[in-house]
Amino acid sequence: MVPLSYYLVLSGVLFACGVTGFLIKRNIITIFMSIELMLNGVNLSFVAFAAHWHTLSGQVFVFFVMVVAAAEAAVGLAIIISVYRTRETLNIDQVNLLKL
Amino acid sequence: MTQNPYLWLIPTLPLAGAAINGFLGRRSSKTAVTIVALTFPGLAFALALKIALGFSWEAAPYVFNLAHWIRSGSAGLPNYFTADFAFYLDQLSLVMLLVVTGVGFLIHIYSVGYMSDDPSYYRFFTYLNLFMFFMLTLILANNYLVMFIGWEGVGLASYLLIGFWFTKDSAASAGKKAFIVNRIGDFGFLIALFLMIQHFGSLTFTEVFSKVQPLGVEHSSAGVLTAIGILLMLGACGKSAQIPLYVWLPDAMEGPTPVSALIHAATMVTAGVYMVARSHVIFERAPIALTVVAITGTLTALFAATIGITQTDIKKVLAYSTVSQLGYMFMACGVGAFSAGIFHLMTHAFFKGLLFLGAGSVIHAVGGEQDMRKMGGLRSYIPWTTAVMGVATLAIAGIPPFAGFWSKDEILWKAYQGSWIYWLIGVITAFLTSFYMFRLLFMTFAGDYRGAKVDEHGHASHGHGHDGHGEPHESPMVMLIPLMILAVLSIFGGLVGIGNGFEHFLAPVFGAGSEAATGETAGRGMEFLLMGVSILVALGGAILAWVLYVSKPYLPQKIAAGLGTFYNAVLNKYYVDEIYAKLFVKPLVDGSTSILWQGVDRKVIDDTVNNAADGARHVSDEVRHMQSGNLRSYAGWIAAGAAVVIAYMIWLGAR
Repeated sequence: MVPLSYYLVLSGVLFACGVTGFLIKRNIITIFMSIELMLNGVNLSFVAFAAHWHTLSGQVFVFFVMVVAAAEAAVGLAIIISVYRTRETLNIDQVNLLKL
Repeated sequence: MTQNPYLWLIPTLPLAGAAINGFLGRRSSKTAVTIVALTFPGLAFALALKIALGFSWEAAPYVFNLAHWIRSGSAGLPNYFTADFAFYLDQLSLVMLLVVTGVGFLIHIYSVGYMSDDPSYYRFFTYLNLFMFFMLTLILANNYLVMFIGWEGVGLASYLLIGFWFTKDSAASAGKKAFIVNRIGDFGFLIALFLMIQHFGSLTFTEVFSKVQPLGVEHSSAGVLTAIGILLMLGACGKSAQIPLYVWLPDAMEGPTPVSALIHAATMVTAGVYMVARSHVIFERAPIALTVVAITGTLTALFAATIGITQTDIKKVLAYSTVSQLGYMFMACGVGAFSAGIFHLMTHAFFKGLLFLGAGSVIHAVGGEQDMRKMGGLRSYIPWTTAVMGVATLAIAGIPPFAGFWSKDEILWKAYQGSWIYWLIGVITAFLTSFYMFRLLFMTFAGDYRGAKVDEHGHASHGHGHDGHGEPHESPMVMLIPLMILAVLSIFGGLVGIGNGFEHFLAPVFGAGSEAATGETAGRGMEFLLMGVSILVALGGAILAWVLYVSKPYLPQKIAAGLGTFYNAVLNKYYVDEIYAKLFVKPLVDGSTSILWQGVDRKVIDDTVNNAADGARHVSDEVRHMQSGNLRSYAGWIAAGAAVVIAYMIWLGAR
């Protein structure tokens, strides 16, 4: 039996990778993947706790998160494509029309 | 005690006049303003006369409670305090009432002529009626608080009227000076009222006096009565222009002359004497306070008389004369002869009112000139004015049988019973009074006319202050009639004092002729001797004035040169104004400038506000860079914030 803390540490590391990637990357697809990474880091801690306490609610939560993430991926990728079509770039620093 | 529901009407009538003229006067015709301005004080005078004629000794004092004012605490408990809008009329207030309404009404009539050319005609009468309202409130009050309303109100009216020609800088500042100097006295008055509330729980005259009555005379020790007495005297010093607060009165002559006559000679300035007399129950039990009153009065009488000798402005001479005569009244009160003080107050109102109105007539005649050195020989131009001024001078100088003689002699006799020093100074002052008054008379009316005469314009343009005024001319009838009535009063007004008639009239107020009965038989010979001395002294002053200003007019110059510095000191009013300016005004101005303005206002208040604003701007200047629009920096802040929250929760858990 793998102890709970291992899962939690892995979950934390995954989340931290996601945050770091989100902050330092400029490519919008990479940023998108970083967000998925964060979501999955959180998912991991959910299922780890669910298994540890023998409850189902954690598992159910994860399904919800995955469904929402899928929907978000669909919408987000559509936006990315449309951005690329108009701006011909994926660098978010150049997508700054709303900035002062 | 009898109810008299008409009492409240007496002050209210002039108030109605003031209100009507004040609100509608600007748009009304001059005739309408005149009618309103004369009707209401006239009605007040008529009502006062009606009450006086129906005055019954058994029924006095008359009271009337118009409305509740202050109710605090609950009845029966020691913290119970009430003050009502209530009126009170006894023999003392009756005398004051008749003097104020009577002389006041005459001066209103006179003003119609004197002020006829003034563009602010309606404003003048508004203020004058307002003054009458407050003065009558002061007189008819049944407690110190209502009296204080009148007290402050006459101060306000005085301020407004001194500064009536407010475009003139000297008039505006004279008004301010009067107001501020009076504030100092009012401060003392107020503290005295607080002491009364604290110790007697009331401000109503009858209640306070009934609580004071059983208290012993504070002979050896000075207690609360002494404190109240001295503080009341401080208030009286302010209002009645006594040392050390007399400085405002001579400057008050910047106001129109009828104002000087009414407010700054006949009525308002006597309010202090009235207040001291009204509080006689307190003063009689506080010998130290009484001595303070006597000494203040005596010194002021002498001091002001000496200044009066050197002044050349006709109104200034009269102003110092007023201060000096008020000193006499306080001297009388100070030796316990309150009725003598009130007697002199009454006769003084007649002859000093007459003197000022006469001076006004002179000033009117010579086109606004007030310097006596540019007058002279006016007797042939303005015979009526000359005659009434002569009567008034005889009255103030104390020549029998004119009014001033009776009252002044009464005071000197009572002062002699107090202490011979008071009497001596009083007699010296009487000599000086006679001298400076005859000096005024001779300089103005005797000899040849020394003023500039411009014949061309003649009578066609006789506006005040115009250069082309033409020959001096007599005043119109509307001004002369009040002068003549006052002249009659100045001649015969003193006769009520014969055989102590006046004293007996006031006896219910001041106690039954305390020393009159005891000292009368023993001192009758002495009294006649002193009377002779004061008549001689008055004649001496007159003769000296005649010698110096009529027969040998070169002498005054020589004497002045001979006296040197002393003469200069007197000429400059003993430099009192300068000393006050150095001692009080300059430190206050400097302190206000360097500490309050530059220190507190600019350094503390302004800087606090400005620095708060500057600080907010600087902080925002820095903070606004966080709002970059860069999405990832926002995310970074969120992450950092989340990290901090998590770290805090971990720390909490680990604790």
